[in-house]
Amino acid sequence: MAFQPVKFYQTGTFTVGNRLLAPEERSVQADMARINSLNSGHRACQGCGEALGARYAIDAAMRSTGNRLIAANATGCLEVFSTPYPETSWQIPWIHSVFGNAAAVATGIAAALKVKGHAEVRVVAQGGDGGTTDIGFGCLSGMFERNDDVLYICYDNEAYMNTGVQRSSATPPGARTATTMAVGPQPGNCFGQGKDLPRIAMAHGIPYVATATVADLRDLEYKVARAMSFHGARYLHILVPCPVGWGHGSHETIRIARLARETGLFPVFEAEDGEVTGVSKIRKPVPVEEYLRPQKRFAHLFGRPPRIDIIAGLQEIADRNIRRYGLLDSTD
Amino acid sequence: MLDQMEGSRAVAEAVALCRPQVICAYPISPQTHIVEALGEMVKSGRLGGCEFINVESEFAAMSVAIGACAAGARAYTATASQGLLFMVEALYNAAGLGLPIVMTVANRAIGAPINIWNDHGDAMSQRDCGWIQLFAETNQEALDLHIQAFRLAEELSVPVMVCMDGFILTHAFERVDIPEARQVDAYLPAYEPRQVLDVHEPVSIGAMVGPEAFMEVRYLAHAKQMMALERIPEYALGFREIFGRDAGGLVRGYRSEDAEIVVVALGSVLGTIKDVIDELREAGIRAGVLGICCFRPWPMEAVREALRDARCVVVLEKSLAVGIGGIVATNVRTALAGFAVAVHAVIAGLGGRAITRSSLAAMVRAGVDGSLPALGFLDLDRAVVERALERERRTRRSGPIAENVLRDIGVVAARIA
Ligand SMILES: Cc1ncc(C[n+]2csc(CCOP(=O)(O)OP(=O)(O)O)c2C)c(N)n1
Ligand code: SF4
Ligand SMILES: [Mg+2]
Repeated sequence: MAFQPVKFYQTGTFTVGNRLLAPEERSVQADMARINSLNSGHRACQGCGEALGARYAIDAAMRSTGNRLIAANATGCLEVFSTPYPETSWQIPWIHSVFGNAAAVATGIAAALKVKGHAEVRVVAQGGDGGTTDIGFGCLSGMFERNDDVLYICYDNEAYMNTGVQRSSATPPGARTATTMAVGPQPGNCFGQGKDLPRIAMAHGIPYVATATVADLRDLEYKVARAMSFHGARYLHILVPCPVGWGHGSHETIRIARLARETGLFPVFEAEDGEVTGVSKIRKPVPVEEYLRPQKRFAHLFGRPPRIDIIAGLQEIADRNIRRYGLLDSTD
Repeated sequence: MLDQMEGSRAVAEAVALCRPQVICAYPISPQTHIVEALGEMVKSGRLGGCEFINVESEFAAMSVAIGACAAGARAYTATASQGLLFMVEALYNAAGLGLPIVMTVANRAIGAPINIWNDHGDAMSQRDCGWIQLFAETNQEALDLHIQAFRLAEELSVPVMVCMDGFILTHAFERVDIPEARQVDAYLPAYEPRQVLDVHEPVSIGAMVGPEAFMEVRYLAHAKQMMALERIPEYALGFREIFGRDAGGLVRGYRSEDAEIVVVALGSVLGTIKDVIDELREAGIRAGVLGICCFRPWPMEAVREALRDARCVVVLEKSLAVGIGGIVATNVRTALAGFAVAVHAVIAGLGGRAITRSSLAAMVRAGVDGSLPALGFLDLDRAVVERALERERRTRRSGPIAENVLRDIGVVAARIA
């Protein structure tokens, strides 16, 4: 990794001591002159991971492009809470067309910029996990395959939140949603093959694919900057906990996202041209139980009797991720 | 410049003369030759300053056009039939966003049963999606309408569909007059969007509008189409001044002024109907034709003026609204409300069924002698439908229509009870 990791020793508040860093090492968010691309006043719920993730990512992309950025947005929470009639929180040129076409709309914007000679202006497309892994999948794959000059950002809160927390193909096994009820012999979502979009993106051989969480601001910002240093199709998959859909405290968004990474359930890595080039190591793997317990969507796993089998299945997924990406820091 | 070429090539030449900046397309018969020709022009460098994007679906084609147009580029695509239906959500969106995209629809039937031949079922299904719909009678008119379409779309911020009969026009070789680039440039100014995704003046496009203003937005969309009714004849006149020929406009009559019976139709079948009218006139029947060039917005006044003095109107339609009948006829009846004119719908040419002069002549004669029903079907094979209907009467759950008919006529060996 070209980027020098800075280790912060956690104070319990998860704040990062920017004062201790040289100005050029400070996060975009720490900069008083940051753009606030997604400005205050939007209607996201308290503690919304998606609102946080979008502001982090777009502000970072704005810094990388010298504030020359256009965004295409899929339908979903982000779109709805950011543009309540007749207001908008967006400080950048922004378009919402429909649910499943953000990647294609972005392709069109990129093509227009190219013919009009605005090579310096860059394009992002963004959507939720549903808009990305399900209904927008065709357009996304087409954009990847053509290697159009677009950074696609998926804000993954693991369900269709905007319509009231229904299952998407990014919903984890065992999780309760409005359409995977916590009843019957297999409560919550089924164990399927999963749809691992970062790996599917890598299989397209596009220049850059990365995952990140809202828990690690500097890593997220680095990945946006890295993505913007490439031309062609790029994919960034950000885990953004949703207090409403996941059933955790609105003050717990960052902690939950951090646990997702530390259990191995959400591997954080980057890849270039289809090959993994860097992973965020886990200092001490946390059992999945610690991640699952604070979330009401998994509450049925801890009833009487607890569903040890389902928890074990989830632990297996975490362990496989740890092996697959080499997430354990052997030097520590 | 006069030249002999395929209709698709003629349209491609016209589109190229309009200097599109982004073209995106997904193949479907009978649209393919148009976009293949344009793709070649872009790749060879003959059409400069244009990005040609091979997308993965029609939904993506329209979505790419939406993005391109919102970012200030002149955008074009073409489709037909299933492809038009596949992009429906984006079609409404393009219209709602007021993006002046121009699209050719090479009219083709919609399945099931799958059928690649011509009728107007595809375009008619999208008559209310907010696009302007123009129908070409000849290849020359198809060519000319594309030039007018960009002008109209950009002036009014409304997308325009140019409909041309699949195969009958797209694949027919005819002599066409290809305009000079300087003529097109004189007619069609460069695209200057009213609202554009611009980093120097950020705007949010496509935000949610709630009950507070949605009605007003929709009303204004309608009002804009009504405005188009004034602009379309103006632009047709302007076109004539520069190019020296008539094309477009709202409606066009042929021997209809003093006619007691008028046939109303859209597209290439108008040529055949005119021949029939000439024959009937010679036989002493006062018949005429009214061609509808602009179907959306619906030229209510122009249709009323053209038809109010007729005794009988026969609307020949290449589409069928299952469960009611004629779509164009319903529109014509609205225009003639309060006038004592009998309006008949005759469904014809579905899925490419040939529309012959003899059948048309018989249809008009039936109109004259009062034996035409309110809803008729030209050259329907009565034996086939009667067999199927008989089965329907005999058995419950009689199964899929197409497969039953095919079995009756011995085309497939499927065993369906
Ligand atoms: C074609 C279409 N189908 C369904 C919907 C309804 N819909 C709107 S947003 C949404 C869920 C969005 O989920 P996701 O993409 O995960 O974003 P989130 O709201 O979770 O951030 C759905 C199903 C729609 N707008 N359009
Ligand atoms: S439902 Fe979830 S994703 Fe949507 S705004 Fe609320 S917290 Fe954010
Ligand atoms: Mg979601």
